[in-house]
Amino acid sequence: MKYLDEYRDGELTRKLLKEIEATVTRHWKIMEVCGGQTHAIIKSGLDQLLPPKIDLVHGPGCPVCVTPLELIDKAIALAARPEIIFTSYGDMLRVPGSERDLFSVKASGGDVRIVYSPLDALKIARDNPHKTVVFFGIGFETTAPANAMAVMQAKTQGIQNFAMLVSHVTVPPAITAIMESPHVKVNGFLAAGHVCTVMGYWEYYPLVEKYHVPVVVMGFEPVDIARALLMCVKQLEEGRAEVENAYARSALKEGNQSAQNIIKQVFEPCDRAWRGIGVIPNSGYRLRGPFQGYDAELRFPEIQTITPQESSVCISGLVLQGVKKPNECPAFGTECTPQTPLGATMVSSEGACAAYYQYGRYTMSMQERELTK
Amino acid sequence: MTDQLNLSSWTCPLPLRNYPTIVMGHGSGGKLMNDLIRHMFMPLLDNDTLSQLGDSAVLDFFPDSDTPARLAFSTDSFVVSPLIFPGGDIGELAVNGTINDLAMSGAQPLFLSAGFILEEGLPMEMLGEITTSFAAACQAAGVQMVTGDTKVVNKGHGDGLYINTTGIGLIPADVAIAPKNARVGDAIIVSGTIGDHGMAIMSVREGLEFETRIVSDTAPLHELVEVMLAASPEIHCLRDATRGGLAAALNELASASEVGFTFEEGKVPVQPAVRAACEMLGMDPYYVANEGKLIAIVDGGVAEEVLAAMHSHPLGQEAALIGQVVADHPGMVISKTSIGGSRVVDLPAGELLPRIC
Amino acid sequence: MCLGIPGKVIEIYQQQEMKMGKVDFGGVVKEACLEFLPDIQIGDYTIIHVGFGISQLDEQEAQRTMEMLREMEMLADELPELDDGLPA
Repeated sequence: MKYLDEYRDGELTRKLLKEIEATVTRHWKIMEVCGGQTHAIIKSGLDQLLPPKIDLVHGPGCPVCVTPLELIDKAIALAARPEIIFTSYGDMLRVPGSERDLFSVKASGGDVRIVYSPLDALKIARDNPHKTVVFFGIGFETTAPANAMAVMQAKTQGIQNFAMLVSHVTVPPAITAIMESPHVKVNGFLAAGHVCTVMGYWEYYPLVEKYHVPVVVMGFEPVDIARALLMCVKQLEEGRAEVENAYARSALKEGNQSAQNIIKQVFEPCDRAWRGIGVIPNSGYRLRGPFQGYDAELRFPEIQTITPQESSVCISGLVLQGVKKPNECPAFGTECTPQTPLGATMVSSEGACAAYYQYGRYTMSMQERELTK
Repeated sequence: MTDQLNLSSWTCPLPLRNYPTIVMGHGSGGKLMNDLIRHMFMPLLDNDTLSQLGDSAVLDFFPDSDTPARLAFSTDSFVVSPLIFPGGDIGELAVNGTINDLAMSGAQPLFLSAGFILEEGLPMEMLGEITTSFAAACQAAGVQMVTGDTKVVNKGHGDGLYINTTGIGLIPADVAIAPKNARVGDAIIVSGTIGDHGMAIMSVREGLEFETRIVSDTAPLHELVEVMLAASPEIHCLRDATRGGLAAALNELASASEVGFTFEEGKVPVQPAVRAACEMLGMDPYYVANEGKLIAIVDGGVAEEVLAAMHSHPLGQEAALIGQVVADHPGMVISKTSIGGSRVVDLPAGELLPRIC
Repeated sequence: MCLGIPGKVIEIYQQQEMKMGKVDFGGVVKEACLEFLPDIQIGDYTIIHVGFGISQLDEQEAQRTMEMLREMEMLADELPELDDGLPA
């Protein structure tokens, strides 16, 4: 596949990794903030090939993981109603709410359907005029233009039986929060390549200037990841702090203007709660005035009184900020596993805990073998 | 503003350990299904034969007589939707699936039964088409359907048609194939490209449809197995990689034999279109269902001969040696990635879902 | 975020007043909305995320990067091998 295969070149990746090894002289903590990138790193085994001086941590880059519990509970409440067809991206179906997940709602007779694109949800609304189609609008800025388009189209075409449960989160405020946090000591950031494709990366310049932390825009394939890491390490070793772009074939500094325009037309920034972290000001999107008629929370105001029930053990929050590794959680691998998840980071296929569960068991098993030799 | 953020403590939802009802994931061939089998069915139904959890049960008749017989006995149910898909239909699937369960014990498939559960409203023409496929598949494979049953359920209760089958086959005396027989040093062979059937179904699944030439690989594997056994009797395990894909089959065998499996990502054959479809939907080919592919664990010393024999058969032309059985990490399957890293390939958690992340 | 896959635009048309297209991912063709890529043409490559094109891939930039990486690859041959902890 063009634009994929050449960036999966094993030889080239290993050579880049060798270069990283030769360049690094001190310990550096580097954070990537994109669930897709976490997934790519773990799937290719790239993190195991990094020199020990590089500590690669996974930030809150998984919209599945950070969707507030309250919104999951609201989604479940809506999905259970007979007059609603609840549509969602596949990722969300296994995320546990306070009591159950969307899968079990489906099992109890709720009409829950996976869609590939938000336009599919709109089509379902057109085909089912006697039901209301609610779409779970999650995602970072990458998905916002698509979700915005669905709402825009609903309005233009006069589709009344459609509503969106909005749970958008944005990246720069989260990175700022992490940079400002006294607990977290990240030396460099790898920025999400597709978020930057949509939004551009001009927002990172003031952050880099203020905190003197390098930011490198990164793609998703092993060559892209290794190259971005090399660029970041070079900056750190040379004492530089700049914004660099290692995904220039897709991401431009100004981003995609058309996509940004529709986001501005349909959404506006708002405060958003991040599961496991708390409310980060201006880190979310909500529907703007002219489109509020499509807001599921306003269409079904009774769900606004839902209060989630949290219990503690899961340290998703600390994991999401790179403060703790998944295998430092007391419940990791015992009470909390991918099929009995306590937190979203274990559910999501690129949640750090799920990724570590896979890799972690292996290293523990190797260690055990060493001990019994 | 940051002092209001709770960056030092954490919150977490209540655990969802026990589903009070069955969910779709319980049928996906992954961990949920495994749990259901182990915690619901086994405690109540366990016996020495069932606990082997092979694709078919091996039953010994008249073991002390001059003419002992070993039968392979299997059951399967077919609930695919849509009923007719690129490359086949539920009728053909039912016959081949049953034959394959028997073939995985090294048996020569002989007879099968079929129970048809028809949903009120199923068009006669469609049933005719499916039955014709069923009959054709039986004839092509040299098996006979010898007993059957028909039931009708109310509209809304059956996805059009469900088929349940049982199969009976005869296992030659010198054949000893079982999930627990893998040994350190054995070679891991896959009979051809993976992910074809699952992606063929995805391509026509509502909401995910895409245009492609991918077709289901549904096929009866008993003759391929015969050819393999003729090349060498040192075939320790066979598993058809159906629901849960390559990953489920490998994990089940590694687990049953209590050994570790390693394989190389680059050696697993995948059609380019299947790879592209998986990329597009965010799925991993290792977890996608197959209906005409098997995993064979064979003695390391005879791997080449067995592979050559497979290549000579139409259903094994793309067979590949992908890895070996090791003493390390017993019960775990590790793959060496294309960049030289390693990755645990676990049982899929539940239903295979397209993702946006 | 953000599963985005590169594909080649093979058809462009209007549907419900949106710029739509068919994108070929290498043996798999799917419809996508190209409304955010006003300049994209048949034969161009795009990154598709949830059924929408979000960028037009810059062929020249990609080539430039690859050339640079290949040059660097040759230099890296002088460096010692990586230790990945796996048996050789």
